[in-house]
Amino acid sequence: MTSPITTASKGSKILGMTSIIGFVVLVLLAFFVTDPDIRFHPETGEEFGQFDAVRLLYLHVPMAIVTYLAFVICAIASAGYLVRRTFWWDSMAHAAGEVGTLTCALVLITGSIWGRPVWNTWWEWGDVRLMSTLILFLLFLGYLALRGAFVNPQRAARPAAIVALIAVLDIPLINRSVEWWENRTLHQKSTLSELKIEDLTLFTLMLGILVSVLVMSWLILHRFRVAWLEHIEFEQGVKTAIEERRQVGHGD
Amino acid sequence: MTHLGYLLAGWGLSSLAILLYAVRLLKRGAQLSARVPSEYARWMSSPKQNGG
Repeated sequence: MTSPITTASKGSKILGMTSIIGFVVLVLLAFFVTDPDIRFHPETGEEFGQFDAVRLLYLHVPMAIVTYLAFVICAIASAGYLVRRTFWWDSMAHAAGEVGTLTCALVLITGSIWGRPVWNTWWEWGDVRLMSTLILFLLFLGYLALRGAFVNPQRAARPAAIVALIAVLDIPLINRSVEWWENRTLHQKSTLSELKIEDLTLFTLMLGILVSVLVMSWLILHRFRVAWLEHIEFEQGVKTAIEERRQVGHGD
Repeated sequence: MTHLGYLLAGWGLSSLAILLYAVRLLKRGAQLSARVPSEYARWMSSPKQNGG
């Protein structure tokens, strides 16, 4: 029987191809089809708005949504691990936590790049949404560091699961921060949930969310399979070491 | 188009980061697949260790 050469399967290849095609369509819509955000002051007639910087939001907002989703998956899988104590749940938590940390970093970076032309600042330390998102990123960075600190990955599973369950509590705080502390944020209240945007802008944003979910799913799937193989390899290494010790014992 | 540098930086950095991470996953997966017996990596019908 020949070994498979990658962690890919027919399903993951279809998912990957769909993600790539979706991403190309998203770029075309975001850059060349949708209009820039230009509004006119009712009294002076002066132009204002985000202009073409709004095109960054077709990436930034979907990325924020998949970050929440990945961390919620991580927390559910962590709870699953604490109940079932099986490697499947731990691998899923690890995969979702790692992918979520990557997308969270990209949320912070794209937000900062968007903020410079629109808010005239790269970063605002007093902004509750920015700070709570940064805290989320740091918490999950700590989660990954904790996992990396153990030689035996199985020993990291329980403390990591507890950290994930605590860290995910930051998500509702981020989500509600613009409502609870509206004077302490540059962010506007949700335009998506109240459907204040429409037509092609809304369609492109929805497509961005769909493509981001597809990409996140592909990444989590492959990261899960890598974690699975790492686990099998570790188990086999332990078995081999025990066998060698036994043989040495018999030799004595 | 206004703010082209910001747009390219945001979209470019994000695309590059995800692409590099995906390539790293595929490479690591290929390395591990070569070392681990195939019955453990026949997605997802592993005969053993199926703890889910």
